[in-house]
Amino acid sequence: MTGPRILPWALGLIVALLANNAWADRQAKSGYAYLREETRQMQDDEFENPGYLAVDKGQELFRRRPDSGRSCASCHGQEGAKLDAKRLARYPVYDKSMGGIVRLQDRIRNCQEQRARTKALPYHDPDLLALETFVRHLAAGEAVNVQTDGSMASLLKKGEAIYRTRFGLIDMSCAHCHEMYTGQYIRGQRISQGMGNGFPAYRLDTGEMANLDLCIKQCLTLMRAEPFMPDSEESRLLGAYIMSRSNGLRIETPAVRY
Amino acid sequence: MKGAGILLVFLLTPMTGMASDSAAVTPAEAYCKWKMVDYGVPEPLCGLQGDAGRGRRIVLDSGQGNCLACHRLPVDGVEGYGTIGPPLAGVASRLTRAQLRLRVVDARHLNPYSIMPGYYPDLALINRPAVKYRGRAFLPAQAVEDVIAYLATLK
Repeated sequence: MTGPRILPWALGLIVALLANNAWADRQAKSGYAYLREETRQMQDDEFENPGYLAVDKGQELFRRRPDSGRSCASCHGQEGAKLDAKRLARYPVYDKSMGGIVRLQDRIRNCQEQRARTKALPYHDPDLLALETFVRHLAAGEAVNVQTDGSMASLLKKGEAIYRTRFGLIDMSCAHCHEMYTGQYIRGQRISQGMGNGFPAYRLDTGEMANLDLCIKQCLTLMRAEPFMPDSEESRLLGAYIMSRSNGLRIETPAVRY
Repeated sequence: MKGAGILLVFLLTPMTGMASDSAAVTPAEAYCKWKMVDYGVPEPLCGLQGDAGRGRRIVLDSGQGNCLACHRLPVDGVEGYGTIGPPLAGVASRLTRAQLRLRVVDARHLNPYSIMPGYYPDLALINRPAVKYRGRAFLPAQAVEDVIAYLATLK
């Protein structure tokens, strides 16, 4: 006779477990979910979102012909329509011919040197960030889809090891804030899961655009750690791992982030 | 943060100390070794005497102790505090000075996974410090003792 009586309780318990916040928090969530309402509105409004200035600037640079005569648009179309959004959503990718992990910024710099035959823009240069913002924005709405098997599997493991390593005088790892204390407040700011789907993004804190790599650099500096050089292996490994955590989230470039 | 006006002010005056590290670098000083006894550090660092008034300022200063980044403190007029660590009101009723000191110098002796930064840890444990901070603890020994003196008043 106890069976039928226990059944509703057991069902209730299962429902309660499924609705449990701790369980829900382990699902990948965009940084958008942790923003204040005003900041969300700012991101959603093309005229309010300062990231669209970078998109416009990026498009202008995309079309600008260098002395060599070949612009990005010469190959990829005036609107970049010949770029495949699904392939953009795969970045960072593994490319053996380029020696391993290739981020979107690396690909653009490579194109500048090899195809347009101009000097590549320096890493973190506002013009390079604008180009990356314009190109990534072409894939807005696509789900992040970083390769996690094959050659990427072992590289992402190395990236994860860096993610869990403490750095600097403040002695925290990425995981401390973005895994253990997600949803809590640091100086009144809500801590997100540190996902990459919104990047390049407009940062309220600096008032400038940042791609994921620059954001990692800013985090490490905040930890009073020596940041990785933008073309270093560590930078690529950590960036690729963070973007792979964001797999399945919709690309929001240009997002607005704290 | 309500209303566009406040948002604008917020945009024009970003909170300092988040993405940029604007804190003044204190000169390097000789490191004093400390000893853990019964999960506390009974001896003051370098035998220094702390000052609660100075300690309070260090605790509130985002470029120094920055305790409010993670903890709530019984101080009026603070909005942007953190919820990561336990609130510190009454902490001196729960912990002795020696216990407070261990938590401030290096809480990892109590919990190896602790997010709490060591303010005066064994410097060899600091991984990849920024060049300008090399050879320094998060806070100088005197500042740590000032902070302990202030925390000890939170009964």
